Amino acid sequence: MSTARAGAAASLGPADGPGGASPTAGGPLRASRSRVAAVLGRHPVGMVLAAPYAVFLVVVFAYPLGFAIYMSFHDYFFAAPGAAVERPFVGLDNYRAVLTDPGVRQSFRNILIFLVINVPLTAALALLLANALNRVVHARTFLRVSFYVPYVTASVAVVGVWLFLFSSGGLVNSVLGPLAPDPSWLVNESLAMPVIALFVVWKQLGFFILLYLAALQNVPKELYESAAVDGASNWQQFRSVTVPAVRPATALVVIVATITGANLFTEPYLLTGGGGPNGASASPVLVMYQRGIQQGEPDVAAAIGVLLVIGVLIISAINRRLIERD
Amino acid sequence: MKRILPAVVLTATLTLAAGCGDSGGGGGDADKANAAAGPITIWLSNNKEELAWGKAMVDAWNTQHADQKITAQEIPAGKSSEEVIGAAITAGNAPCLIFNTAPAAVPQFQKQGGLVALDSFDGAAQYVADRTGDTAEQYKSPDGKFYQLPWKSNPVMIFYNKQIFAKAGLDAEKPALSTYDEFLTAARKIKSSKAAQAAIWPAPTSEFFQPWFDFYPLFAAETDGKQLIQDGKAQFNSPEGQKVAEFWKTLYDEGLAPKEAYNGDSFNDAKAAMAIVGPWAIAVYEKVKWGAVPVPTSSGKPADQIKTFSDAKNVAMYSACQNRGTAWEVLKFATSKEQDGALLDKTGQMPLRKDLPAAYPDYFSKNPAYQSFAAQAARTVEVPNVPNSVAIWQAFRDAYSESVIFGKKPVPDAFSAAAQKADQLAAGS
Repeated sequence: MSTARAGAAASLGPADGPGGASPTAGGPLRASRSRVAAVLGRHPVGMVLAAPYAVFLVVVFAYPLGFAIYMSFHDYFFAAPGAAVERPFVGLDNYRAVLTDPGVRQSFRNILIFLVINVPLTAALALLLANALNRVVHARTFLRVSFYVPYVTASVAVVGVWLFLFSSGGLVNSVLGPLAPDPSWLVNESLAMPVIALFVVWKQLGFFILLYLAALQNVPKELYESAAVDGASNWQQFRSVTVPAVRPATALVVIVATITGANLFTEPYLLTGGGGPNGASASPVLVMYQRGIQQGEPDVAAAIGVLLVIGVLIISAINRRLIERD
Repeated sequence: MKRILPAVVLTATLTLAAGCGDSGGGGGDADKANAAAGPITIWLSNNKEELAWGKAMVDAWNTQHADQKITAQEIPAGKSSEEVIGAAITAGNAPCLIFNTAPAAVPQFQKQGGLVALDSFDGAAQYVADRTGDTAEQYKSPDGKFYQLPWKSNPVMIFYNKQIFAKAGLDAEKPALSTYDEFLTAARKIKSSKAAQAAIWPAPTSEFFQPWFDFYPLFAAETDGKQLIQDGKAQFNSPEGQKVAEFWKTLYDEGLAPKEAYNGDSFNDAKAAMAIVGPWAIAVYEKVKWGAVPVPTSSGKPADQIKTFSDAKNVAMYSACQNRGTAWEVLKFATSKEQDGALLDKTGQMPLRKDLPAAYPDYFSKNPAYQSFAAQAARTVEVPNVPNSVAIWQAFRDAYSESVIFGKKPVPDAFSAAAQKADQLAAGS
């Protein structure tokens, strides 16, 4: 065996380099290639192809996040180029200011109420409607488009419709007559946030239905057939086959709904006139806008943002663990 | 870990979608810039009438100054003009002049280093004093300098719909609205007669600027012209401030003023019998037969003694401007007697000029409806020019919403807490 190897090595010798180069000439080249491979992987072209998106992520996502964290630890405000300003390090002062501000605390409570209503309702309705749409034979495209239209319509326009529906003299109160709440929906401290949560469920449902529809295409039909053979009803098939089969999609829906919900801004800004009534629908992002942009305190706004990020990460991690565990 | 890191970055950045930025570098020699002449850019309000005036003014300047042309454009769209201007200052691309700078935003723009002190131009302080008189003092910054040129005001008064008043059995020509009691009596009559859905419908929403169109005009009248903050101290937690608050609270408690915002213009749509607004709205109220009276006071002060909120918009020069010499000349040209007259004629808004009725007698004899606004323009109160101005207004609005509009807290308690916060903010902390 060793003789054969030696012979092979001897026969390969001249091929190592033109004109019978030294047998050690390939060593540095190989070493250099392996270093490149260690950094860029076995297919460096992949890195080249991925680079534009990586740069995009760094410039558009990672840098602002890092900068926000930096701002939250400094007495920071936006200044004109060349203006001589001091932005000293202030440690946790901005976080202290945020955590002792009743308005900020209320906004975090409000967003929790929103998420508790919005996220489960979004996931449940999206799954039920996707399941129904998956089985429907006639007018399938029409129904899919119908559910998707609110999602692609500008919030400002849709908010106008909901103002018409839920204002004191609006359609909903006209239908309810004496059962209409007093104060009315959007100026009622107990109802304003739930109305906003319902609005967002309705507006975004089309997107989440699409996610579930895609997931439902991958559920093997054999599972339903065998369940039917075992005598399972439609509801039992839904509970025992569909729900477990789309669990990864459910995790995605819950996490995305949590993230987008935590970013709530347009609805309290427009639907309830700046977080009214009396701050009952103010969201952390709305308060960030007020403090950071209107009141010129981007450092405080950044601290709110960082706390919101941490909160969303924790909620998302818990959701993922709960939903994805077997 | 490989899966968590991208998730962390993605989640975090989605949450912080309202990204912030900064820039560095730039600057320049201020003295050299003050003397520099050349083309400049200005921003105008997107109000139709003001745009028409602005374009005519620019044309008039450009025909005489071929080498120092003005390029005018509307203030770019945004949630508010102040937000757009603040962003432009930070980016270093603000124009030379903005003919719609809100006095409440000036302290913030000044802190950002975005404004040029007009006093740095020869004779500027004298020019402002000669044109505007004593009223100009309200527009000085705490350092004693002018970072804004007082331009025009919209003294806030009570508009009333004559047809609704007649329908409610009220005197439509000389309605009794000078005291709080008279005002409330008229409001109750409007409501009980169902002549209109609301007696008056100021926006009950939470934006920081809403007090300018409910509490503040009446506060100025009740206190003979006190600002919200004076000498670094909040003034609204006073017997006068609480009288004004209780007046509005009665309107809300009795349903004479709705607690829900109207989606549109309630006065123009005849849903409200009265509105509290300045003369800019006259152009909008084409289909309403209206009259105007000064805001009420608790004791019914004579009309010629009543002060009110100015709702002024001013002109400021921004530090990104390179050709400041030209900008200063344009500023004087645009606020000359001739251009002020053109502004009055086209927009019905009151130039912040001394003795306005005497300056434009022809206009006011042709437009008698504007005479009361011209008289009122001499007795206006501005928002205080103090640090954290917007934050102070927001703190006040939150307290007002809580106590006056929604009645969740007694007015004295809410105002006392807000006054403490306002004092801290005014001190710059």
